[in-house]
Amino acid sequence: MKLLEDSVGWITGASRGIGKATALEAARHGARLILLARSRDGLEETALEIEKEGGVRPQIIVCDVADESSLKAAFGEVRGYTNQLDFLVNNAGILRDAVIGMISSKQIAEVLQTNLISLIQIMQFVARIMMGAKSGSIVNVASIIGRSGNEGQVVYGASKAGVIGATKSAARELAPHGIRVNAVAPGVIATGMIANIPESKMVELLRTIKMGRLGQAEEVAKIICLLASDYTSYVTGQVVGVDGGMWL
Amino acid sequence: MPEDKRTVSESEQKLCRAFASGLSISEESVNETLQYASTPGWDSVAHMALIASLDSTFDVMLDTDDVLDLSSYPKAREILRKYGVLF
Repeated sequence: MKLLEDSVGWITGASRGIGKATALEAARHGARLILLARSRDGLEETALEIEKEGGVRPQIIVCDVADESSLKAAFGEVRGYTNQLDFLVNNAGILRDAVIGMISSKQIAEVLQTNLISLIQIMQFVARIMMGAKSGSIVNVASIIGRSGNEGQVVYGASKAGVIGATKSAARELAPHGIRVNAVAPGVIATGMIANIPESKMVELLRTIKMGRLGQAEEVAKIICLLASDYTSYVTGQVVGVDGGMWL
Repeated sequence: MPEDKRTVSESEQKLCRAFASGLSISEESVNETLQYASTPGWDSVAHMALIASLDSTFDVMLDTDDVLDLSSYPKAREILRKYGVLF
């Protein structure tokens, strides 16, 4: 069963982690893809893996979503590639942890620009294409931190809580146009983003996860692909936790 | 018909069709007096459908500033001129 046969999707932050896993999974399900990330090498690697598995070689866009002019150029590239967009996975994000009293304005601006502002801008752009077809699915990658908060992640948590708010509001606005908007809220996933967590902290973290283990990027990717597909055609405005029971 | 006049005429027809499609009204109802928020049905939700319709009809991507500025039928023509559309 191929969930995304003949569909065209755009995935941001697709050079590694959840974005890369989603690109591979979506391609396995028959999607043709446009992949965006800062790292050309990472994107090429993802594209090569897709091709090796027999998928259609994706279009690649090298872009830092935090750079507004670069993002605008990326919109032009997407329009140049296709007038059809069936799904968007808004995944690009950064971590800049700091505790209260140690947070610089620069950190706040960087995290909000990448994790929230660009996500809204990309939704705006994509919605305009999807409105023409009166259908489409947008999946935003939030985080459990946007629901529960975490020490040292005031800014990251704010950005991801913002993603959840933006998802629900966009879902209300876009439903009449046939466009669904949902979010996933991953828990602790074994990607490069958690590489710097000290071992003692990791042990503590594992105790809070009811399933007693870290999640895998592929496990998040599967839910994203499901939400992107017509198998969830009556689902919008939802935040799906992919966290092994961490947030109950 | 000279090339320019034909292009201008085609643009007018396309603009009319884009408004009709974007605002879900008949082409006969499209006229110079259409105005955002005062024309029945042209609310903020319909506005985005109109923008999508203009984008695809003229193969352009209107800037956000222009999206916000597009407040009437004549204004749409004026903005599209900036994107190289001949009227």
